[in-house]
This record gives sequence, C-alpha cells and structure tokens, in this order.
Amino acid sequence: MATVDLTSIAKSFGPTKVLGGVDLSIADGEFLTLVGPSGCGKSTLIRIIAGLEAQDSGGVAIGGASVDHLRAHERRVAMVFQSYALYPHMTVGANIGLPLTMSRMTLRQRLPLLRLLSRQRREILRGIEADVGAVAAQLQLEHLLDRRPAQLSGGQRQRVALGRAMVRSPDVFLMDEPLSNLDAKLRVHMRTELAELHKRLGATFIYVTHDQIEAMTMSDRVAMMDAGDVLQLGTPSELYERPASIKVAQFIGSPAINLLPATLAGSGRIELFGRPLSLAVNGTAGASITLGIRAEALSLAQGEPGQGGRAWFSARLRRKENLGSEYILHFDLAGRDAPGVTTRATAATAATVNETAEVALTFDETACHVFDVGGERLEPRNGGAVSSVVPLRA
Amino acid sequence: MTMTAIPAFGTPPRSRRRLWIEQITGASFALPALALLILTILLPLAVLLYLSLTNYEFGAISADWVGLANFSKALADPIIRRSVINTLIYVAIVVPGGVFGALLIAILVHGRRRTRSLYEVIYFLPVTSTLIAMATVWQFLLHPALGPVNAMLKWLGFGEIAFLSEPSTALATLAVIGIWQLLGFNMILFLAGLSAIPRDLYEASEIDGCSNGIDRFLTITWPLLGPTTMFVIVTTMITAFKIFDTVAVMTRGGPMGRTEVLLYNIYLEGFQYFHTGYAAALSFIFLAFILVFSVAQTFTLDRKVHY
Ligand SMILES: Nc1ncnc2c1ncn2[C@@H]1O[C@H](COP(=O)(O)OP(=O)(O)O)[C@@H](O)[C@H]1O
Ligand SMILES: [Mg+2]
Repeated sequence: MATVDLTSIAKSFGPTKVLGGVDLSIADGEFLTLVGPSGCGKSTLIRIIAGLEAQDSGGVAIGGASVDHLRAHERRVAMVFQSYALYPHMTVGANIGLPLTMSRMTLRQRLPLLRLLSRQRREILRGIEADVGAVAAQLQLEHLLDRRPAQLSGGQRQRVALGRAMVRSPDVFLMDEPLSNLDAKLRVHMRTELAELHKRLGATFIYVTHDQIEAMTMSDRVAMMDAGDVLQLGTPSELYERPASIKVAQFIGSPAINLLPATLAGSGRIELFGRPLSLAVNGTAGASITLGIRAEALSLAQGEPGQGGRAWFSARLRRKENLGSEYILHFDLAGRDAPGVTTRATAATAATVNETAEVALTFDETACHVFDVGGERLEPRNGGAVSSVVPLRA
Repeated sequence: MTMTAIPAFGTPPRSRRRLWIEQITGASFALPALALLILTILLPLAVLLYLSLTNYEFGAISADWVGLANFSKALADPIIRRSVINTLIYVAIVVPGGVFGALLIAILVHGRRRTRSLYEVIYFLPVTSTLIAMATVWQFLLHPALGPVNAMLKWLGFGEIAFLSEPSTALATLAVIGIWQLLGFNMILFLAGLSAIPRDLYEASEIDGCSNGIDRFLTITWPLLGPTTMFVIVTTMITAFKIFDTVAVMTRGGPMGRTEVLLYNIYLEGFQYFHTGYAAALSFIFLAFILVFSVAQTFTLDRKVHY
C-alpha cells in the first residue's frame, strides 16, 4: 500500500511539450482517475509513474520514497495496458505467472536445458502455480489457464491482464484505458468489477481514461487534464457541480453542458439575450461571459414564460433523442449568435413539443455556472441568485 | 434481400448452366499458370528423368537406355560422395552463421533510430551486387601476398594464410563469403519480424521484471521471432545448398577437391565432360535434397505458431 506523489513532472518529446509541470498527490488506497481528451498527456504521465518513460524534470515518489532511480520492475507497480499486452506465445497461466517467474527464478533456472540442472526449480514452480491459481480463482479464469491469449474473448483477455497485474500484489495499479477495447455492455460491467476489485485489494489505483463516464463512476477523485496540465482535481461531484473552467465543464457530463454567451450589466448582474437575470458576479460592466447550464437544469416552461420571475429564453426544437427512460431534446436558438442547447425531458413532456413552434426554455439560476472570457469560473455573489429565488419545481 | 441473390435451388436448368460457366471461368483463370508450370517445370523434369535413364552424351545423335545405372554409379562414386559431404559442411557453416549473424545485426540495427536506414543499406549491398564481380574483390582481399587481410595478419604477428589455396581453409573461406552475401537479406527478414513485435510487450515485460536485454530476448524476441527464424533457416539452407558461383569463379573445386560441391560437379559432368545422362541423374539427387528442405519449409510454415 502506498501513496504516490508527483512533483512538477515535465516532459517534452523533441520540440513538443507534452507535460508542463504536473503536481499530484494520491492517497494510499485511493482510486484516482486521469481523464482528458486524446493526446493530452495522460498516457505519458502514467508511463512516467511506471518507469517506462523518464521525465525531463520533477520527481515521482511512491510510499514517500523517491523512485526516480528505480527501474520499472523495482517500483512495486503493475500496469494494465489498453492493448492488454499479453504474451501471445504463452498460456494464460504463464502470462499471469511471468512476474513471479522473473522475480523468483534466476536466469539459470529459466534457461532452456540449463534449468534442468536446478534442484529448487520444481519447488519454485509449484509455489508460482499456487499463486497463479489463487489469482485465477479470484478472476474466474481457472478453466482457461492452459489457453493462449488468441483463444480468449476480449473480456477474458482483460481479466488475464488484470491477473498478471494482481499476482505480484503491487502497491500501485496503473491502468491505461483498460476498457477501451471492450464492447459497450462489457465495459459497463467491467466498471463495476474494477471498482469492486479496488475495494477488495485496497491498493492505490491510478486509472487513465478519455471517457468521462468511467471517470465519474469509478473514482474517488478525478484529475482532469488538458494539454499537459491538470485543470482540476477533485471528487467526481466537485468536478460536475463546480467545474473550475469551461474546459472541465464541457468535458464532464453527458449530454455536454449548454454554453450561452452573456454579458455583465451594471453591478455585475448577468444579462442573457438582453434580459437581466437575478444572478450576479464580480466583474466590470459590459464584459462578456459564458453561462453554463446543464441539460437537467434547463426545462420547458410550463404556462406563461417568466412566470414567478424565472429566467427564460425562446428556442425551437431541432431533434428528439429517445433514450428509453427519458428524452434528450435538441433546440436551436433561432436568430441568436449561439449554438443550440439540449435538455432532458420525460416522454410526456417531450410529446408536447414539436419543430413547428418556438417554445420557452426556463432554467434554475442557482444551478448555472459562470465563466469569464478566459474560461475561468466566476463565483456568483451571495452564494447564488441575488433575489427572487423560486423553489424548484417537483 | 431479393430472390435473385439466393442460390436458386428450384430452377435446375439455370443453376446447372451457371455452374458450368463458373467452372469454365475458373479453369480459364488457372490455365495460364498451369501452362507455365508445365512448360517451365514439369516438361523439363520429364526430359531430365528420361535423360537420367540413358547414357546420352551432349551432341550425340542417339542414346541407350541404361535404366538405373546412372543412379547406382552416382551413389558409388567417391567424388560425388565427397562433393555431397563438402556441400553439407558448407551448409553447416553458412546456416548458423548466416542466420544468427543476421539476427544479431538485425537486433542492433533495429535499436538505431536515425542511422537505421544507413545500416540497412550497408548490410544489404552485398545482396544486390554481382557475386562474380565480388569474388574478384574477395580474391584480392584474401591474396596471400597482396591482400590486406594477410597484411593485417602479419601486422598482428600471425603467419600468412593462403585462405583459398590451403586445403584446410578453402571451404571455410567460401562459407564466410557465403555468409557475407546472405547476411543482408536475412537481416531484412529479421527486421521485418522485429518490427512486427508490439512495443507494448517489451514494456509489459519490463514491468514484469525483464530487467536486461537477455531477459527481454529470451522472454519476448526469440519466441515471437520463431516463425521468422524457421523461414530464414530453411531459405538459407536451400540457398547454401545451391553453392556454385564462388566455387566456379574462385577455386574450381580445388585445392585437392576440398571445395568440390554437388552443383559444381553436376556442371562438370554435364557441361565439361558432356556426360549428360549422368549429370541428369545427379540433378535428381540434388533435387531430392532441395525437396527435403522445401517440405521442411512448407511443414514449418504451415504449422507455424499462430499467436
Ligand atoms: N514517444 C513519443 N514520441 C513523440 N511524441 C510522443 C511520444 N509519446 C507521446 N507523444 C505525444 O505526446 C502527446 C501526448 O501523448 P499521450 O500521453 O499518449 O496522450 P493521451 O494518452 O492523453 O492520449 C501526443 O501529442 C503524442 O503525439
Ligand atoms: Mg493514451
């Protein structure tokens, strides 16, 4: 069991800067996810932790001790690769057992022919077999131990890769997009399995994914990365409910957050499409800002728009998306300099709208996110709307 | 889905016609290849077989049927036996040298990033050059009095060696030249094999405890190169068994028959002594060896480990 501490890790490949000084402290037994768009440096960072890549500057410490001078296999970390990287010429048993073979046997005991001379070899082999059997039992792989990776399904290969990582009982598990090659259904299933495995083993997990749903569902904490920097570090709900920047807000959550251009009127009051809201932030009058409204915070206005002082704007339906349990409605903001917006709606509500007429969309101002021109989060004054807060509809 | 897309079981006349057309089409596609096969391989083989059963001499008008006499003569001929043994010795030197040397070079070249293509060209050059021309260069290099190799030996304090005219070194020297000629080609094959090994595997093995080059080679490279290595061994065997040009140009079977090889003896019998019938029989013996190697190749490639 171990903590992992990264201090200002920087890395460039030639002229391309890939990591720009990443600081990260991961607690013992924590499930931390690095999430971000493709090419943002997640793999590079996790490979630096593993010892497969050397950082240009900065340090990695595991369990409080620097591991910068240690080779990959001396760091007590295990890694699961996106491709699984199973040894194609070895059986499942040999694949899972390889880390033990390498650590428990000398070169002479592993060499063909020469190994026949070793007396302890059989005993060591029996020990390895027992350990491999125990891991295989945990992953329901016992009946597959004699197969080759090519004879396994994707999900089974995934479990073999996990087994190979587990067999040495490492302090830290590193996983680089381990579920990306699975079909959608298996991926959902493996999310649960991995979360349970983490709970059972109690080891530190560092998990890399570009899929925000994986990050949200499995992690204790999420580090959102972009262009080689950590934009925000926090629990999944912190990232969802208080995104530190527009990039985080855009990346986390599905459907993606609605972003609407707005301006600041006097005293920091926000004006959306020329209509003042009851929301205010600190800022100079006339500054443009961006208002972020999650799909579930936006709804079709019932009755007269603006009723009870609720903020609203008009839109026209473009498309309905049926998810079974609910609908995602896509609206165009006709004639306005803004992309469309999406809302969630029940089947009954969705049935009331169509493409022919404009409707009013209303939203809960306390659930809005405000970002300045640079994309940084602005905190609403007085912890939310200034006045006339209408209770949420049931 | 339309009805026409389904094989029409209900309409026998149409389907029979279609089958017929398909057969004709298939046959006409195969015909050119078949014709070439017959003209260039099967027909000459038949002629060769016929000649090997006669005492035909080149330029003669008639020949007598001698049955298997040529074959029994060949099996009893000490010169032929010696040439077969020489050929096998040559193969036994060239195969390990040409295969493992190429593997070593391929691994070293594969590790280069910027200079890789330069080394590839350097090692591949001998493959593209004419061996007859190169043989002259080798003759000069190895010349006891003029050659730089002997100059170097003398400078190092050794005596001079007449590599090509000394009975104990002649065949081995030819084998070294043979290895030199094969290295580049085999290296390219191994490089292709090495490039096909996913980098992930090396990284996984590094985490799993393969801390040095030997571990990595034994755990990943060697087993995964297995199919490539089998292929290289078999093709090298066949190439080495066909040794002819260096012998013909540099030693002519000498000194004292130490470099007489099978193909060179066939050439002597057929084109110098004009014993065409006998040479044909020897060719069959030669083909038998090649056949064994080819079967080995087909066998190993067919059941090559599919990962
Ligand atoms: N070995 C390498 N050489 C050059 N550039 C690399 C190398 N590895 C990664 N990169 C570059 O670094 C950036 C980050 O890569 P990576 O860490 O794999 O991103 P991610 O895993 O987040 O998708 C990419 O732009 C990629 O092209
Ligand atoms: Mg990646």
